[in-house]
Amino acid sequence: MRSTLTIFRKEMLGYFNSAIAYIFFTLFLILLSFLFFRIYFLQGIVSMNDFFSVMPWVFLIFVPAVTMKSWAEERKSGTMEVLLTMPALDTELVIGKFLAGAAFVGIAILLTLIVPLLVASTGPLDWGTVVASYLGALLLAAAYVAIGNFVSSLTGNQITAFLFTAVILFLLLIIGTEPVYSVFPNVIAEVVRNFSLNYHFQSIGRGVIDSRDLLFYGSVIGLFVYYNVKSLEARNW
Amino acid sequence: MTELITVTGVSKSYDRIRAVEGASFTLRKGEILGFLGPNGAGKTTAMKMITGYMPADTGEIRVHGKNIVDDPIAARNAIGYLPENNPLYTDMTVEEYLTFVAEMRGVADPEAAKKRAMERCAIVDVRHRIIGHLSKGYRQRVGLAQAIIHDPEILILDEPANGLDPIQITEIRGLIRDLGREKSVILCSHILSEVEAVASRVIIINQGKIVADDTLENLKERSSGHNIFRIEFLTAKDERAVADTLAKIPGVAAVSRVANDTFRVKTKGERETGNQIFRTAVTQNWDLAQLHLESRSLENTFLSLIEGGNS
Repeated sequence: MRSTLTIFRKEMLGYFNSAIAYIFFTLFLILLSFLFFRIYFLQGIVSMNDFFSVMPWVFLIFVPAVTMKSWAEERKSGTMEVLLTMPALDTELVIGKFLAGAAFVGIAILLTLIVPLLVASTGPLDWGTVVASYLGALLLAAAYVAIGNFVSSLTGNQITAFLFTAVILFLLLIIGTEPVYSVFPNVIAEVVRNFSLNYHFQSIGRGVIDSRDLLFYGSVIGLFVYYNVKSLEARNW
Repeated sequence: MTELITVTGVSKSYDRIRAVEGASFTLRKGEILGFLGPNGAGKTTAMKMITGYMPADTGEIRVHGKNIVDDPIAARNAIGYLPENNPLYTDMTVEEYLTFVAEMRGVADPEAAKKRAMERCAIVDVRHRIIGHLSKGYRQRVGLAQAIIHDPEILILDEPANGLDPIQITEIRGLIRDLGREKSVILCSHILSEVEAVASRVIIINQGKIVADDTLENLKERSSGHNIFRIEFLTAKDERAVADTLAKIPGVAAVSRVANDTFRVKTKGERETGNQIFRTAVTQNWDLAQLHLESRSLENTFLSLIEGGNS
């Protein structure tokens, strides 16, 4: 527990020690707002739906950029050896790094709250679905981070980690889109779609928080945190 | 004598390469153990296993009598480790880094521990600087501060003087010798003089196998452990006369002629022999131009053990 907190603080310090964190937040906000407002004023409906539907795709670039460093850098620079010979369990370290990544992306997401505030100034906004969607976005981002950190633990190369994470996340997103899942026969299509990261995000976004959606994200996070621990245990480099 | 670390029959392979093969040795309380071997001999792998970074394929490692597999946390608490190439978080300041390590180590009073470690390693004046901007010598001391922050009983230092300039090497050596007064140290190096300068006992490892485990004195006295002196005269000398005179000195094993005015004297490795050769030269009124130690006993022992293993 103590180690988890310590590694969490160290990761946060790492993010905010350089200007990259602020550039990241700014770019994330600008890109999302641009993609959203580009169509918002054309439609004339006070709704955040388009905002939340582009979010998973914007994460596709931003989350791997956050997670690529987590283990790959430690491994490349050799600090992994210092870290893993500390009196701490691998699990504590993995959870600490996961929480830090999720918190960092979480801050980026919460900074976009300025967008619904702007939208609300143009007309009546259904805050219920907005709040639910934000909760969904945090869960979605956390799942991305768990996957990204795991991939980062498999390599000593940050670029490899970035690309592989992006590809995996992309696949997990597109299986929730109609052109992809409709290729499969009906029964399987429903299963495939259920494994999409996006599907559950949309479900939460409707304003109903279903325990199945929470369970899904919880399982994805748990599974990849577990894989991450296993990949550290298998160290042989 | 208390044994702090006991390694029994430990082996480790990467893919098909045998990095360490059946290594057994101990670290006793209060000693500085030199772990000597050429690059790639398996030193680093052995250290990685002792520190719990990597599991051994076979064999057993005990720290304070407890198997490190059963109680990894206790073993790690007892050991301070400076890995090879001294990895550091280069974008942190010295103080941020040591705070992180102290918290990871769970020391009771992080501020005091940090202060003590920084004073010990003489890095107080760079505490606010970013590690990446420090010179190599300072970085090495930051690495050492990291290793001693929790005041461990055992210190494991893997090539601590690698890549340093001669002045920095002297400083680091002094620091290690100081630390060795209160801690038990395993010092890995591929440089003989580095081990010789501080270690009380030496283990020589080659191609994953331990080929020698002895005190410095005993290693020097091994059969192949001869010192070789080179004597140069201003004028040419008769081979017989020189050889006969020198052979009378106790400790001289053989005399051979290299050139008309140059001879090579093989001795049994005692330091006084050099002095006696000099005295003899004085009493004989020889026109001595040079007398120097060409190759040293420990080096010869080291080389013959390594070459013996390779052939």
